[in-house]
Amino acid sequence: MSIIPAPIVRFYHQTASPPFFYSLSNKLLPWLTAIFLMLLGYGLYAGLYLAPTDYQQGDSYRIIYVHVPAAWMSLFIYVVMAVAGAISLIWRMKIADVVLISSAPIGASFTFIALVTGSLWGKPMWGTWWVWDARLTSELILLFLYLGVISLYGAIEDKRTASRAVAILALVGVVNIPIIHYSVQWWNTLHQGPTVTKMDKPSIHLDMLIPLLVMATAFKFYYAIAMLQVAKVEILLREQNTQWVKKLLETK
Amino acid sequence: MNSFAEFLAMGGYGFYVWTSYAISFVVLLLNVIVPMVQRKQLLRELALKQKRAK
Amino acid sequence: MSAFFAVIRRDLILAFRRRAEIANPLFFFILVVTLFPLGVGANPKLLQAMAPGVIWVSALLAVMLSLDSLFRSDFDDGSLEQMLLSSHPLTVLVMAKIIAHWLVTGLPLLVVAPLLAIFLGLPEQALGTLLLTLVLATPVLSLIGSIGVSLTVGLRRGGMIISLLVLPLYVPVLIFASNAVEMAGNGLAVDAQINILVAIFFMSAVLAPLPAAAALKMSVN
Repeated sequence: MSIIPAPIVRFYHQTASPPFFYSLSNKLLPWLTAIFLMLLGYGLYAGLYLAPTDYQQGDSYRIIYVHVPAAWMSLFIYVVMAVAGAISLIWRMKIADVVLISSAPIGASFTFIALVTGSLWGKPMWGTWWVWDARLTSELILLFLYLGVISLYGAIEDKRTASRAVAILALVGVVNIPIIHYSVQWWNTLHQGPTVTKMDKPSIHLDMLIPLLVMATAFKFYYAIAMLQVAKVEILLREQNTQWVKKLLETK
Repeated sequence: MNSFAEFLAMGGYGFYVWTSYAISFVVLLLNVIVPMVQRKQLLRELALKQKRAK
Repeated sequence: MSAFFAVIRRDLILAFRRRAEIANPLFFFILVVTLFPLGVGANPKLLQAMAPGVIWVSALLAVMLSLDSLFRSDFDDGSLEQMLLSSHPLTVLVMAKIIAHWLVTGLPLLVVAPLLAIFLGLPEQALGTLLLTLVLATPVLSLIGSIGVSLTVGLRRGGMIISLLVLPLYVPVLIFASNAVEMAGNGLAVDAQINILVAIFFMSAVLAPLPAAAALKMSVN
């Protein structure tokens, strides 16, 4: 793989070391937080204030500025978990295990947010708190997939074994997600409800699109921040008996 | 939008919009605060263990 | 290859020694279907409309409950460890166990299905499709289920968590199978749904034993 410059390869290998990853997280967090807050600030300002009112949905459409990015993140994070799982199984990288399990509650949270905000958007639009709309149904199943990972990890006592189990589960899940999504979409077209969902493709205008993309990017930075926070705890737990942690405790 | 009151009302959909944002905000905040608190507690516990072991 | 058939024979012999246990998923299947009219009322039109879904959900639950027996006794008495240590490829042995499991838990459901179709007033023209979907999709349920069981076989009380792991993965099968039966009941074509079920069957047959074997290796150690 000579296309990748040597320093990057070296850096990648270094991140596999828990103490390096831990101190790297500490260094990155302030920057990530600053960028996140700036993106979030602009995204909210643009989405809640600048973007024009939709002529059909009024101002309720502004929920998309959290609903859609949350839904995108729920899928993105699962894919990250699957990639981390693959890395863990192939190269036995401890940090990959940590990234996987640290991401799970965050992914589940985004899925939850997507469902709740979807519901809150749907109520004024369709009159009910829940509709078996293709996207909401897929998100619900995705939530179960996340809960499965979290439960399985919690149920297995030996955390090394637990990590391998959830790596396998995440990979099986990621293969199934497109199949589940396609089948639910197909199912939904058969039992088309009285209202065509306006959620899938809002007729999007640049002024409305930009805040959406900004929020989506902001959420990616948020994911990095939250994941690293959980990862630090996970690393300390796994490495508590090592020298580097003992040294770390002495400096506190 | 002309006034802050209008902004809050969100064309009559205020409850739905603001509840969505509030729930999202709370959930995302918790996901960052909880691990931070856990980490401080864990460091304290481990430091105590280390002192006792000496 | 001979190990493959030997494992199937062994599992079938062991299952037949506990013949009564074979009946359990079957009784569960019948009981659950019976509960629906009791729960929603005996309106024939309603039951007929619900029949494909009810029969399929019940079949799915029956298979899921029976999954634990796939590896449980072998895990408990150490034969699973022996299989892992043997020189035979684990995926082949896992496939053999899944086949034996299906013969004993999935196949019998087909015998009872016509009875249940009558209970719920499923149109006669749908019966063939019902049996076809059961033949195609119950092995898929065993195959996908084997992944869930192999991940949790080491746990003392893995029962409920298996459902959480496996049910989301069952959703596509449920959707296409129950829809095929429903369409058949209305006299419509079911080629698309059957083709998809066949595709899912081949995909799971090829892919499922791999993570199942990997998970077994991890669970037993």
